[in-house]
Amino acid sequence: MTPRSTLLMQSARPLYWMLLAAALWILLRGHNEPGGGFIGGLLAVAGSSLLAIILGIPAALRLQPLAPLPLAMVGVGLAVLSGLAGALHGLPFLTHLWTGIGLSTVMLFDLGVFFAVWGALTGYVYALVDAGETAP
Amino acid sequence: MLLLGPLLIPLITAVLTALLTRHERARRYVSLAGAVALLACAIGLLLAVMQEGRQSVALGNWPLPYGIELAADALSAALVLLTALLGFAVLLYAGRWQEARDTAGMYPLLHGLLAASSAVFLAADLFNLYVWFELMLIAVLGLFVLGGGQRHAEAAFKYFAVSMLGTLLMLGAVGMIYGATGHLNFSALRMAAQQPELAGVLPVYVVLLLLAFLLKAGAFPLFTWLPASYHTLPTPILALVGGLLTKLAVYVVLRLLGDVFVAIPGVLLEALGWLAVVTMVSGVLGAAYHWDVRRILAFHIVSQIGYLLLGIALASPAGAAGTSFFLFHNILVKANLFLIAGLMWAAAGHHDLRRMGGLYRARPFLAVLFLLSALSLVGVPPTSGFWGKFMLLREAFAQGHFVWGGAALAVGLLTLYSMSKIWVEGFWKPHPNYSSDHAAALAPLPRTAYAVVAGLSLAILILGLFPQPFVQYVEMATAAFWPARGML
Repeated sequence: MTPRSTLLMQSARPLYWMLLAAALWILLRGHNEPGGGFIGGLLAVAGSSLLAIILGIPAALRLQPLAPLPLAMVGVGLAVLSGLAGALHGLPFLTHLWTGIGLSTVMLFDLGVFFAVWGALTGYVYALVDAGETAP
Repeated sequence: MLLLGPLLIPLITAVLTALLTRHERARRYVSLAGAVALLACAIGLLLAVMQEGRQSVALGNWPLPYGIELAADALSAALVLLTALLGFAVLLYAGRWQEARDTAGMYPLLHGLLAASSAVFLAADLFNLYVWFELMLIAVLGLFVLGGGQRHAEAAFKYFAVSMLGTLLMLGAVGMIYGATGHLNFSALRMAAQQPELAGVLPVYVVLLLLAFLLKAGAFPLFTWLPASYHTLPTPILALVGGLLTKLAVYVVLRLLGDVFVAIPGVLLEALGWLAVVTMVSGVLGAAYHWDVRRILAFHIVSQIGYLLLGIALASPAGAAGTSFFLFHNILVKANLFLIAGLMWAAAGHHDLRRMGGLYRARPFLAVLFLLSALSLVGVPPTSGFWGKFMLLREAFAQGHFVWGGAALAVGLLTLYSMSKIWVEGFWKPHPNYSSDHAAALAPLPRTAYAVVAGLSLAILILGLFPQPFVQYVEMATAAFWPARGML
């Protein structure tokens, strides 16, 4: 690996957590305002990519809940489950259910999208970073 | 629920196979079970469509035309069934395939590809169509990079760059069409497109949209990405991607021109017809130059896309029926030829025709299976390809398009040249390295894969020998939406 700036190495992890916090905030904000799982997921991908480029892919993988492909697939699974909840009540697929205090299956769907984007895109980013590191 | 099955079953299978990271055998069984369930669901959907007519569901209980609509008519239900059949065949074939190294990633991506393909056939609004086409791109891109080498990354990049261009074009066109009409749903668009004040501007947007799909179909002049990238895929994946992907784009062109934007100016159809002819010719000429079986077949994908577009350009119920029949035939034959190329590689140890041979004496049955599919691709009677070409040519000549029809005939002859090259070099001539007793020197063929090829060949044989019910079916399926144009 080529030598990197100490400042960058030291700030990578704090920056990652800040990006992840922003990602979660955007995810939850999407409930009533612009935001949501997709754009939140993209922010999380930005955080993971930062770690992968500065500290290497293993460091980025350690701070991700699951490896990219399983993470993406858990996300898809959550989204499918959230859609099936409505179907169990005899409503069309993806009809969402709401409880009184604002919790809903939409949240689950958005969380699924968040994981799917985070997993799928980091998979591609790590592959590219890896190819860049190993290339002559 | 039948309409959602072709989407949800492969998605759930993809999730399960991805989570079984450490259990190779369990992964294979779950994947096969998912493929069987998809096949059963597709058969159920086809039966439901035949009994009750068009099936439709609005996701999320939002009223149409604003909700996301999934719909199946006779054409899309049959194509979903074909997708499911091909998926099942390919997954069975891939079971113990030596080339397929990274099966942990392969199964989820293949099932993701099946889900996205089915969804493209079932999508009944433009934006949904765009989203599923993109997911397909992501799945295929994943399959390209699975190999991990420099060669694979290069192929993936070529595919990605061209696809991305098409995607941007598509998204832009979808946006502009929405801006002009205020609708995305197909039925709503069909009504909105007839407003006289849109007659000037809408065709421009539709052309942009069509260009995006023609690019993804591998039409002239931007087709070189296809043979330059496809051949790096492992055989089972190549069969699914080569058999299905470009045809999906052709289906979308057929659907858009025949069902949604029915009032397209005749000069554009004329242009599409010439584009079809040039695509046909350039694909077949490209194939003549190559020696790698997979590259030859990849160029023939391009050439066959020309035939499919020709039927759409003829803009008549008979032309559309010809294209639909050709679509069924071509998906089966093309996938089968790629699978046979895989078996030839397994037996002879090489993809290059100059370095293989003697397969006819060593594997006579494989030779027969190849001959059947190859002659079907050429269109020799009484194979499935003959009926497909016959339907298209009859309509071309009936409309007085003698150049188009003549070109299609000439391309058939050149296809024969390519196929006989594979036959002579791969099967007939003695193997360059083994002068005698080469049968013993050849590797044994994987039995399941062999059986899959035999099964698909049987389907092709039936389609060729008893075309009548299938022809009637596509005529019924296309007549359901093409008469609208006849009145204009």
